[in-house]
Amino acid sequence: MGNISRPLVSKWSTPVILIGLCVLVALIAIVRDDAVFLRVVTVMFISVLLAVALQMFMGNSGLGSFGQYAFVAIGAYASLWFGLSEQQKRVTLPDMPESWWIHSQHYPFELAIVAAMIVTGIVGGLIGIAFVRLRGASFTIATFAFLIVINRVALQWEEVTRGSRVVIGVPKQTTLWIAVAWACLAILVAFVFKESPWGLKLRASREDEDAAASIGINVKLMRWIAWTISCAMSAIGGALWAYFIVQFTPNNFYLHETFLIVAMLVIGGAASVSGAVVGAISVALSSEFLRQTENWLNTQRNDGTTIGNLIPFQLIGFTEIVLAVVMISVLILRPSGLLGGRELRFPRGTPQPGVTDLAENIDE
Amino acid sequence: MESISDFVQYLVSSLSVGGLYALMALGLVIVYGISQLINFAYGELIMVAGYGLLIFGRSWLPWLIVAVMSILCAIIFALGMDQIAFKPVRNASPTTMLITSFAVSTLLQNIALLFISPRPRAPRLPSIFVKSVEVVGIRVKIVDVIALAVSIVALIALQIFLRKSIVGLSLRAAADDFTMTRLVGVNANKVIATAFAISGLLAGIVALFWIGRIGQVLPTVGFQPVLIAFIASVVGGLSSIKGAVLGGYILGFLTIGLQTWLPQDVNAYRDAIMFAIVIVMLLVRPEGLIRPAFSRETR
Repeated sequence: MGNISRPLVSKWSTPVILIGLCVLVALIAIVRDDAVFLRVVTVMFISVLLAVALQMFMGNSGLGSFGQYAFVAIGAYASLWFGLSEQQKRVTLPDMPESWWIHSQHYPFELAIVAAMIVTGIVGGLIGIAFVRLRGASFTIATFAFLIVINRVALQWEEVTRGSRVVIGVPKQTTLWIAVAWACLAILVAFVFKESPWGLKLRASREDEDAAASIGINVKLMRWIAWTISCAMSAIGGALWAYFIVQFTPNNFYLHETFLIVAMLVIGGAASVSGAVVGAISVALSSEFLRQTENWLNTQRNDGTTIGNLIPFQLIGFTEIVLAVVMISVLILRPSGLLGGRELRFPRGTPQPGVTDLAENIDE
Repeated sequence: MESISDFVQYLVSSLSVGGLYALMALGLVIVYGISQLINFAYGELIMVAGYGLLIFGRSWLPWLIVAVMSILCAIIFALGMDQIAFKPVRNASPTTMLITSFAVSTLLQNIALLFISPRPRAPRLPSIFVKSVEVVGIRVKIVDVIALAVSIVALIALQIFLRKSIVGLSLRAAADDFTMTRLVGVNANKVIATAFAISGLLAGIVALFWIGRIGQVLPTVGFQPVLIAFIASVVGGLSSIKGAVLGGYILGFLTIGLQTWLPQDVNAYRDAIMFAIVIVMLLVRPEGLIRPAFSRETR
C-alpha cells in the first residue's frame, strides 16, 4: 500500500497542516478579541477533539458509534471528582458521602483531566470487550443503548452527578490555548494511529472483515484498541467542556450533541483525520453563524421592524434543519464527505499512487 | 375479589400496552427485514400522525375521519422519506443508512419545532380516551380495551396480508433473501415502498393510542415509542415479524409489571435496565428470541 512507500515529508505534512490550521483559527480569535467569538472558538476546538476521537474509531473501523457522548459524560463528571477540592465538592456534589475515598481526592486541573481519561478508558475498555464482537447496525444500536443507559444512570445517581440538577460551582479553567493544545494532541494521536500497523490492519478490516481475518489480522483486538483510545480521548473533551461551560446536566451529553458530532464527521468525511477536523470547524462555525442569524431575526421580529414583520413565527430549530439537510445531501451526493476521505497535504508534483485507492469511504 | 380485580386490570393493561408495543416494533422490523435499515425516523411518523390529529382536529370533521386522515399523513411521510432520503443510500452500508435515518429524524423534529411549536399541544380527542367502565366490579379503561382489540385486529390483518396476497408474499420473500427475490423478477422499489407504507400505517395506528394516552403532542413525542420499538424488536428478533410481536408483548407485561410492583426508586432506573438488556441481547443472541426463517448472519 502506498502509505508505506510515501516520502516522510509528505506523510507528516497532514498533521502539520491541520495543527497549523487550528493555531491559525486560534490566532484569529485572539486578534479579534471578541468575547463571544472566543467562546465559540474554544468550544469549537473541543468539538475538533471529539470529532477526531470519533473519527479514530469510526473512520478506521467503518463501524458507527452513537455512544461517544456516554464517554464524554463520564469524562466530564470524572473530572469533577478528581479536580474539585473537598470544599468545592460540598457545593457542587452535595450528595456525595464524605466518607468516600473519591471525596478527598483533589488534583490540579491537568492531572484531573488525565485521571478522567484513565477512568473513562477503563469503562470504555471493559464495555469494548463486549462491543467489538458486534457488526454493522447491531454495533450502532448497542452503542446507542449504552448512551441511554449512561444518561439515565447519571440522571438518577445523585451521589456522583448531582442528578438532574444543574452542576454549579465549577471553576472556569479551560482556556482557548488549553483547548487548542489538546485538540492538536488528539490530531497527532489519531494520525499516528491511522498510519500505524494497527491502523492499517483496522482499515483493512473495514474494507472486508472476513478477508482481513483470513490473512491473520485480529480484527476484534484492533477494534478494541481504537475504541478504547477513542473513549479516553472523548473523556478529555468532556473534562475540557465541563471546566469551560461550568453549568450542565446529564442531558447536555445526549441526542442533540450526538447528532452534531456525527454530522461533523459525516459532512467532513469520516475516513480521514482531515475530514474530521474540517467537518468540525465548518459545522461549528456555520451553525454558530446560523444561530446568530436566527437570534437576530427573532429580535427583529420582537422589535417589530420591517424585516421582523416578514417573519411569521419565532425561529427555533432552524440551525438543526439546515444541518440535517446538508448532512442528508452529503450522505446521498458525496457519501465520503467534503474531503472525500483524503488527507490534506502539501502538493508534491505527481499524485502519490495508492493514496486514494484505499477507498477512503465508510460505505465500501 | 380485590386481588382478582387487580390481576384482571394488570392483564388488560399489559395486553393493551403490549399490543401497542408490538405494533411499534412491527413498524420497525418490517422495514429492517427487507432493507437492513433501522429507521430512527420511525418515531417521527408517529409525531406526524399526532400533528395530523391536532391540525385536522380543529376542523368540524368527525374524529374518526380525522384519525384516518392522520394515519394517511403518516403513510405519505413514510413513502416520502423512503423516496427522498433512503432510496439513494440503499446500497450503502447499514451504518450509513442508520446515520441517514438519524438525520431524517432530527430534520422532521426540528421542522415541527420551527413550524408548529416547541410546546406540547393537546389535540381534540373523543371522550372514550378518559372514560372507564365497570364490568362485574372490575374497572378497566375503555381505551385499553379498544387498543387491545385494534392491535389484535391489525396483527391478524397484517398476517393475512403477508400470507395471502402476492405483495405480502414478495415482502416475506424479500425479507428472507432480497437478492434472490429480485432475481426472480420482483420489483425491489415497489416491495420496499410497500414496507414503508405498512410502517407508516402502523405508526399512524400507534399514534392514535399513544397520543390518546398522554393527551398531547410535541416535536419529541415519537422518541419514547421508537425506543420501545428498538427494545422490543431487538429482544424479539430484528428480522422476524413473529419476534417483533412477541417482543412487544413481553415488553408490555414487563413495563406494567415493573410499574406495579417495583419500588419507586428502582423504577427510576427502568430504562437503564431495559437498555442494558438490549445490549446483553445483542451480544448473546443477536438474532433475538425468534430466528428468521432462513437465518442469515447479522450484518
